[in-house]
Amino acid sequence: MNLASRDIKHNIGRFILTTIGVGLLLMIVMGMGGIYRGLVQDATLLIDRLSPDLWVVQKDTRGPFAEISRIPSNLEDRILAVPGVLSSCGFVSHTLQRERKNKPWRITVQGLSWPQDKGNWLPIVAGRPLWKAHYEMLADESLKLPLGEKVKFGKDIYTVVGLTRAMSSPAGDGMAFFTLTDAQSIQFDTSGEATRLERSARYARAENLDLGLTQPQTMERTLGPVSQLPALGPPVISAVVVKVNRGINPEHVQSIISKWPDVSVYSSEKQRQFLLSGVVERSKKQLGLFRRLLIIVSAIIMALIIYTLTIDKLHDIAMLKLIGARNIVILNLILQQALLLGILAYGTAYIIGHWTFPFFPRKVVLISHDLWLLAGIVILISILSSLIGIAKALTVEPNEVLA
Amino acid sequence: MKQNSNNPVTLKAENLTKVYGSGHTEVVAVRNVSLAVSRGEIVALLGPSGAGKSTLLTLLGLIRPPNMGKIIIDDTIVFENHKAKVNVRTFRRQKFGFVFQKTNLIPFLTAAENVRLAMEIDDQPAKASRKRAMELLEYLGVAERAENMPSQLSGGEQQRVAVARALANRPSLILADEPTAALDSVRGRQVMELFAKVAHEQNAGVIVVTHDHRSLEVFDRTFEMEDGQLRESGSQ
Repeated sequence: MNLASRDIKHNIGRFILTTIGVGLLLMIVMGMGGIYRGLVQDATLLIDRLSPDLWVVQKDTRGPFAEISRIPSNLEDRILAVPGVLSSCGFVSHTLQRERKNKPWRITVQGLSWPQDKGNWLPIVAGRPLWKAHYEMLADESLKLPLGEKVKFGKDIYTVVGLTRAMSSPAGDGMAFFTLTDAQSIQFDTSGEATRLERSARYARAENLDLGLTQPQTMERTLGPVSQLPALGPPVISAVVVKVNRGINPEHVQSIISKWPDVSVYSSEKQRQFLLSGVVERSKKQLGLFRRLLIIVSAIIMALIIYTLTIDKLHDIAMLKLIGARNIVILNLILQQALLLGILAYGTAYIIGHWTFPFFPRKVVLISHDLWLLAGIVILISILSSLIGIAKALTVEPNEVLA
Repeated sequence: MKQNSNNPVTLKAENLTKVYGSGHTEVVAVRNVSLAVSRGEIVALLGPSGAGKSTLLTLLGLIRPPNMGKIIIDDTIVFENHKAKVNVRTFRRQKFGFVFQKTNLIPFLTAAENVRLAMEIDDQPAKASRKRAMELLEYLGVAERAENMPSQLSGGEQQRVAVARALANRPSLILADEPTAALDSVRGRQVMELFAKVAHEQNAGVIVVTHDHRSLEVFDRTFEMEDGQLRESGSQ
C-alpha cells in the first residue's frame, strides 16, 4: 500500500494546485535557460549561416557585431585579388525602426552581394530568392510581411519576394535581405535637401584637394551620385566576408590581409567569440543569476510545501510510529510525495512551456542538455526540500497521539 | 495482585515509577506500580483525572520508558528501569494493539486500508492482510463500510475500525485509553462489550483506561489509581 499516493489522492485538489504553482515557477526557470540559448542562437545565426573563413573589418575595430565598422566597398575587389581567396562579399547590416499598424516595427536590413549571392543559402519557406538587382526583398516570417507586400523604405518601394524562417538579429529583430546596393540606399537614404548640401560640401572638399585643382572634370563629378564617385564618397559597407579556396589555409590569407594598414582581419571563430563575449555575455550573466535565484526560490517554496504537508500529517505520523511503523515507511511517505511533486511540476513546466514559449517576445530554445540538467536539479531540490519535513517527522514522538 | 489463573501472563509490570521534571518541579506520575495481565483477561484502570492512568498506559504500551521498574511481555524483559532491552517499536508492532478516545484512523486511508496498514508495516503479504482485514471488519460488524473513508463513518463505526486495526497483528495485549469517552452510553456500552468479546475470543489481554463506571461488569478486574498509585478495586 503506497501511503504517499493515498494521501495525494485524498487531497488531490490541493496537490494539483501546488503542482501547477511549482510547475509555473519551473517553467520560468526553463524559459530563462531557453531565452539564453535563443540569444546565443540569434547572435551567432549570421556567422553560422554565412560561415566565411575570414571577416575583414575597419582597422582596430572588432567587427560589425561589436561596434561600428566602416570600410570602402571597393575593398571587396582588393581582397579578391589576394592569392587563395575564392570569394569576397560586402557585408552590410543595420537596424531600422518604423511604424507599422500604429506599433513600433524593428527590422534588421541585411545586404547580399548580388548577383553572386541571391540568398539561396537562406531558409526560404515561401517565395523565391532575389532575382533582380533592385527593389526586391526577402523578409523573415517574424516581420509578418506577406508575400507580394510592397514596403517603402526611403524613396523606394520594395516587394517581398520570399519569406525566411527564424532569421533574427542578435537583438531579436526580424531580418530582411536586400541586394547590397539596396541595403546601402536604405541605410544612407537622405532627403533631397541633405543630398544637395552633401554635394556642395563634397565640391568644397574637392576644391581643396590637388586632385580637384589638377582634374577639373572631377569637380563636375562631385556633384553627381555617390555611386559614380566612390573614391570621394563616404565608406559604405561594414565588413567583407571572405572564403578561401579549398586546400588553402585561411590563416595564410589572414596573414597577408592583416598586413594592410587600413583593415583588421579575424577568423569566423574569433568573430563569434567577440560577439558572445561582448554582446551576449552580460545577458548570459543576468539570465544565469535569475535562473539561480529562481532555483533557490523554487527549492525554498518546495521545502515549505513539503514541510507544511508533513506538519498536516504529524498526528498520523505519530500514530504510524505508535503502531510500530519503521522510519523508512515515514521517510518514503514524505520523500515520494516530494519527488512526485517535483516530477509532476517539471512535466507541467515542460508542457505549459512548449505551449507558451512560441508567444514569448524573444526566441526560447530548449535543448535536451538544459532540460536534463534542470530535471536533475528538480530531483535534487525535491530530495533536499523533503529533508526538512523528514527531520521534523522523525522527531515526532508516538505519545503525541495521546495529546 | 490477582490474575486469571487459567491463561498465561502476557504482561507483567514490577515496581514501575515514572517521574516528570526534577528538583522542585518534580512530579511522580506513577509510583511503584505492579500489575500482571493474562491473555483473555480484560481489566479496567479507573481513577480521577491526573491520577496517572494514561501515563501508566504509556509505560505499559512501551511508548514512554519508566524511570524505575521492570516490564515483561510474554516472558521477555522489555524495560528494566529506563533501559529498553529490545527494539520497542518492533515489539509494539508485534505484541500490542492500541485504541484511543480519538480513533486516530489515518484520514487518507479507507477503513479496510487502515486495518491492512498495521499488517503491511509488519511485512505481512498484501493478499493475506487484505483477507484478514475483511475478516476483522466482518467480526466487528463494519464489513459493509470497508471502502469508506474514516470521515464517512459514525463515531461507533470508527471505534470498531480502530479495534479491528488493534487486532490486526494478533496482539498479546490491547491497550485502550478512554475508548468510549466520545460515544453515547449505548454505543459506549457496545464498545466495552466488544473489548470483552475480543479479550475472550481472541485470547488477548485488554487494559482499558476509563471514567465510565456504567459498564464495569464487563471487566474481569478493576483497578483504581490515585496519586500515581494502583490498587485493585474489584474482580468478577
